[in-house]
Amino acid sequence: MRKTKRLTPIAVLGVLALSLAACGGGGSGGSSGAAAGGDAGNNLDGRGPITYVQGKDNSNVVRPLVDKWNAAHPDQKVTFKEQSDQADQQHDDLVKNFQAKNVNYDVVDVDVVWTAEFAAKSWLQPLKDKMSIDTSKMLPATVKTATYNGTLYAAPQTSDGGILYYRKDLVPTPPKTWDEMMSMCSIAKAKNMGCYAGQFAKYEGLTVNAAEAINTAGGTIVGPDGKPTVNTDQAKAGLNNLVKAYKDGNIPKEAITFQEEQGRQAFEAGKLLFLRNWPYVYNLAKTDGSSKVKSTFGIAPLPGMTADKPGASSLGGHNLAVSVYSKNKATAKDFLTFMTSEETEKFYATQGSLAPVLTALYDDAALVKQLPYLPVLKTALQNAVPRPVTPFYPAVTKAIQDNAYAAMQGQKPVDQALSDMQSAIQAAGSQ
Amino acid sequence: MSTEAQPRQAVKSGNPKGNKDANKEVGQDRKATTQGRVATLLVAPSLLLLAIVILYPVINAIIMSFQKDSGLDPATGLFVAGGFAGVSNYSHWILQQCSVAGASISCPPGTLGSQFWTAFGTTFFFTAVTVVLETIIGFWMAIIMARAFRGRSLLRASVLVPWAIPTAVTAKLWFFIFAFQGIANQLFGTSILWTGSEWPARWAIIIADVWKTTPFMALLILAGLQIIPEQVYEAARVDGASAWQRFTQITLPLVKPALMVAILFRTLDALRMYDLPAIMTGGSNNTTTLSILVVDQIRQGFNSAAALSTITFIVIFLVAFIFVRFLGANAVESTNPGGKEKEK
Amino acid sequence: MTAATATRLSATDSAPKTKARNRQRWASSRTYISAAIIVLWCLLPAYWMMVTAFRDVGYTFDATPFFTHVTMDNFVTAFSTDLGNHFGRALLNSLIIGIVSTVIALVVGVFAAYALARLNFRGKFLVLGFILGASMFPGVALVTPLFQLFTDLSWIGTYQALIIPDISFVLPLTVYTLTSFFREMPWELEEAARIDGCTQGQAFRKVIMPLAAPAVFTTAILAFISAWNEYLIASQLSNDATQTVTVAIASFAGAQPHQEPYTTVMAAGTIVTIPLVIMVLVFQRKIVAGLTAGAVK
Repeated sequence: MRKTKRLTPIAVLGVLALSLAACGGGGSGGSSGAAAGGDAGNNLDGRGPITYVQGKDNSNVVRPLVDKWNAAHPDQKVTFKEQSDQADQQHDDLVKNFQAKNVNYDVVDVDVVWTAEFAAKSWLQPLKDKMSIDTSKMLPATVKTATYNGTLYAAPQTSDGGILYYRKDLVPTPPKTWDEMMSMCSIAKAKNMGCYAGQFAKYEGLTVNAAEAINTAGGTIVGPDGKPTVNTDQAKAGLNNLVKAYKDGNIPKEAITFQEEQGRQAFEAGKLLFLRNWPYVYNLAKTDGSSKVKSTFGIAPLPGMTADKPGASSLGGHNLAVSVYSKNKATAKDFLTFMTSEETEKFYATQGSLAPVLTALYDDAALVKQLPYLPVLKTALQNAVPRPVTPFYPAVTKAIQDNAYAAMQGQKPVDQALSDMQSAIQAAGSQ
Repeated sequence: MSTEAQPRQAVKSGNPKGNKDANKEVGQDRKATTQGRVATLLVAPSLLLLAIVILYPVINAIIMSFQKDSGLDPATGLFVAGGFAGVSNYSHWILQQCSVAGASISCPPGTLGSQFWTAFGTTFFFTAVTVVLETIIGFWMAIIMARAFRGRSLLRASVLVPWAIPTAVTAKLWFFIFAFQGIANQLFGTSILWTGSEWPARWAIIIADVWKTTPFMALLILAGLQIIPEQVYEAARVDGASAWQRFTQITLPLVKPALMVAILFRTLDALRMYDLPAIMTGGSNNTTTLSILVVDQIRQGFNSAAALSTITFIVIFLVAFIFVRFLGANAVESTNPGGKEKEK
Repeated sequence: MTAATATRLSATDSAPKTKARNRQRWASSRTYISAAIIVLWCLLPAYWMMVTAFRDVGYTFDATPFFTHVTMDNFVTAFSTDLGNHFGRALLNSLIIGIVSTVIALVVGVFAAYALARLNFRGKFLVLGFILGASMFPGVALVTPLFQLFTDLSWIGTYQALIIPDISFVLPLTVYTLTSFFREMPWELEEAARIDGCTQGQAFRKVIMPLAAPAVFTTAILAFISAWNEYLIASQLSNDATQTVTVAIASFAGAQPHQEPYTTVMAAGTIVTIPLVIMVLVFQRKIVAGLTAGAVK
């Protein structure tokens, strides 16, 4: 009797915890198809205040735009909710709020590689019928990233593609093919500098670079049905280019630790002849105090397999989507249109150095004058291939990174790496 | 006065606690009943707080670990709830089995499932090395900090600096330091791929962790040293004890309770190490710890991550149990008269 | 070991009288050498953090090991609300959350530790195990369920959503440290005080607490720093109004996409560290006072 009494508080705690667990238990799985269908059909005509959720507004682009919208729509004000600057955390934050069916996450900014996952979890409003938007003027590759199973789930908003930075003082004409670039490495060797680098540390950047190598060689990673297709001769040729260059020293050994910033650092310090990177390097390499290449670098599309077809850049950037839990979807759709309008896109480009998704803007003379890399980027984006559009993206990118990294380090032959990649992607899709 | 007399006696008897324990036992039985009620009131707030923040999520996670992660319905291309999983989430990790097209195969490289045992080994390696280094260096720091000399407050403030810098900043700082063209290679004239090969990466993480958390050890040990009265040492010196004897026969036994608590909690923390390897290497080159695996798995499916968390919890529990039971971290438990009887 | 040999060497060529003095001088210089090594080891990386913090962002990757291209811009950026960096508010939030968590954790922890160290009750082993068990689950896996729970309670973006987890994260360490120290206290003094007419509470407060001051103070520092540095929970359970410094730091961004805001992060790290160190220096005086007070009694 006495014993029971003393243990009571602990027992109560246990019961309390159990009952709490029972309340919250079901929430974290994917929502069932039927319920989600219901959510997607609701509030299509709803108008009123909404919230726009996006990662860190690096260069103060969003706030002025939101202010502008709010001035014109006093009854449908937009509140800007800013997330962290780190992609992983933006992803996790969105997942948690979708799981909690947060009605205050109306319009969300999703990375191109998350769109399929969120769509398959029935969290994103399909942009069809009443919600449909015009994508005809957008770069086709960007629309692909926003499309899952034939349905458009998001509006492409900003894009990004890889371009080749080269030292025009040492290489007057940039290489058009990979082999040509490799043959120019003797110039780098003579100058005692590294030849080529991209992003080869084991993180998302390696997926981008490995996918570029594979796609450029005509390979693919995942087919239209979501099944892996990476164990092919083309893919092997592509990955082998990177592996061989690393082994030969044409890619310097330290490049295995490079993310975007370390590559930029090496290039700006004059230690690299060629660098694959995003357009952001352009302005910084021209203006950074410590840059030694301010006036001696040029840009070109990534080298291809043959001289007539440039390399296949992977696609960066973000899409805008409407949450199925939003109460004011009509307002959300209007805001989506506003945020992808030509005027807004231009503002994003000039103010934030974020590449537009509208094809026409790449030929806009005033814009090109301000962002001289646009013509090159246009070629890159026209030849771009999105990273695998799959609801299992986190697992797929890990399969690519782990195996490509091991291959580059020489821990396993390219054949083995690709067949492991193939099985790992397969395992990801059938949990 | 009794404070002075008692430790001196303790030194001679070799049992610093002897005197006090004897004192405490007086009248203990008489009070047992009322003490139970008071004790319940006193520990209740702690238990309630822990129940909300820890027990609830843990039980939640354990329940979910028996559910399958949602899978794709091939007809609609949408995710559907996975249903009851039995122990398959657990066997997935422990046996490293993945299912591909309905068949169970050994998880191929490039899946999280294939990394469980390596992550397990890495976690224990990091824990063993960092805790040993931190204990030794921390003890040394504490001894120096306990001495009276000019500039002691400067020393104490300096020691606190690494611990006070938020881990997010620390990890970035060391990532920056250990970059190929970073200050470490620059200063030492080396060209080591700190984050690009296995052992340098492991040592980079160990160095960063030791730098950051040794102050934690040092402060706890220092607090233990401070409650040893100076007279004890003087008495020992009069008795002709050497510095080493004083260390092993006075300092060590008297500081042991604090030391054990410090080591115990450092071990539990190190076994859950996440930020430093995650930011410095992203888990590449065999630096993936169990917590990194949990985070990666949460992004792929929460229920399987819940199973992994539960496994981690059980592993850590066993380590703590061994610690408390066999390595004498039972400074606290021995208050229990039953436990003391066993000791004697 | 080398120190011991050195002592012996210096001892051989000295007269017996100077021997003792020499040994003392050597011991004190040994202390200073050790202290210098510790200070260097602890401060060099922090020094590098400050060098970077004060460096022009255009020279981020310049590895010159002393202050060059000095600028305050990074600090301005860290506090710039125009860029969406609410660092000032985050500092205040962290201060509030840190102090409240520490105070509550200490009060609750002292209660529990007193019971565990001093009182005899059944289920003690269970309580101790439960408290320790709270430090065993991977923290990263706590976030999702807590988010669910706090969303149901509409607590997201409130202080308690951050304070309560912070308390429970430090509580196990607090309880264990305090318990182990309380066990070392000369409790017969408390008995004596009670014979003199104090209640149990008074005796504890007036006699034991001053003696336990170093332990309580140490625990307080550890608890405060752990709350001050907590990131995982804060990043998911806070909003713009309750954002803490660690979350604010993580949300810094470079001026260009992909650009890492190293210099701003290091500036923020510098700002965050300094108040802590000052706080400890201030408290240290108090602690010495507390110690002497205890000794007098």
